[in-house]
Amino acid sequence: MELTGREFWGIIHGMGAGAVFLLAFAGGLAGLWSLRPGLVTEAGIVERARRLKIGTWIMATAAWVTVLTGTWIVYPWYRDAADPNSPKNLLLASPKTADWHNFGMEWKEHIAWIAPLIATAVAFGVAYYGKELIKRQEVRRGLMAFFTLAVVIAAIAGLFGALITKVKPVM
Amino acid sequence: MAETEVKGQITGGGGQAEAPAKPFGPVAAGFLSAGIAAVVLGILTTLTEANATIKSKLEFSSRVGSLSGKTIITVIVYFGVWAILGVAWRGKEVDPKKVFTWTAVLVGIALVLTFPLFFQLFAPEA
Repeated sequence: MELTGREFWGIIHGMGAGAVFLLAFAGGLAGLWSLRPGLVTEAGIVERARRLKIGTWIMATAAWVTVLTGTWIVYPWYRDAADPNSPKNLLLASPKTADWHNFGMEWKEHIAWIAPLIATAVAFGVAYYGKELIKRQEVRRGLMAFFTLAVVIAAIAGLFGALITKVKPVM
Repeated sequence: MAETEVKGQITGGGGQAEAPAKPFGPVAAGFLSAGIAAVVLGILTTLTEANATIKSKLEFSSRVGSLSGKTIITVIVYFGVWAILGVAWRGKEVDPKKVFTWTAVLVGIALVLTFPLFFQLFAPEA
């Protein structure tokens, strides 16, 4: 049982950073959702705000690591025109699989980059306000909405990444 | 977008003064820069599809192709606009609702511009 270098980076990109980003969402959303007056004590606010700061920065960092490793390490192997066995060449060789590239990969490679932009703005907002966020409910709701949007965007990219890898993996 | 200097205080239920309210300006700068950078990514994506010259100019890396130029420019715009707006809105209160709405509109436009069935409409006939 062994992994090639390409498989290793594929795992770092998709199952490592990408999964951290998506899995941390539930905890972060719950933290933002419950940061309301009457739901938490003063001590609870401080503790929850600290966890939220850490969690949202982890998510933002994971989003950047995902797109950077995807674009600069995995993608060149995927699209290698000189390699007849590159996933892109193999997908485009058959009309039955061409749309995995023409639609799936073309969508994924672009939309994914929107997630870290939003996730970083959210993380900055959480870090900036900290426990004061409980006094700015309109800001908390906005952060929660964009937090969710970032994850939905990342999930679309992640889903297509997983499906394309299933059809023609980078090896 | 209406801006006011933050001079007010958040007061508790008993009317006692608490810490000064943090203005929304710096956070607004982050969100609007994300929306603007996302639209830039969308515009570059559509232009790349429509024009082979632009596509080749954006191939900052031959291994990555035009995606390299599109994303590098997007990131530069993101942090550049954030820095400019951050300085302009330092200490200012900006209406969060307007900022979130505008950011949502910009991201919505970006999602359309980066959707293959849209930008491939501009591809030259084969």
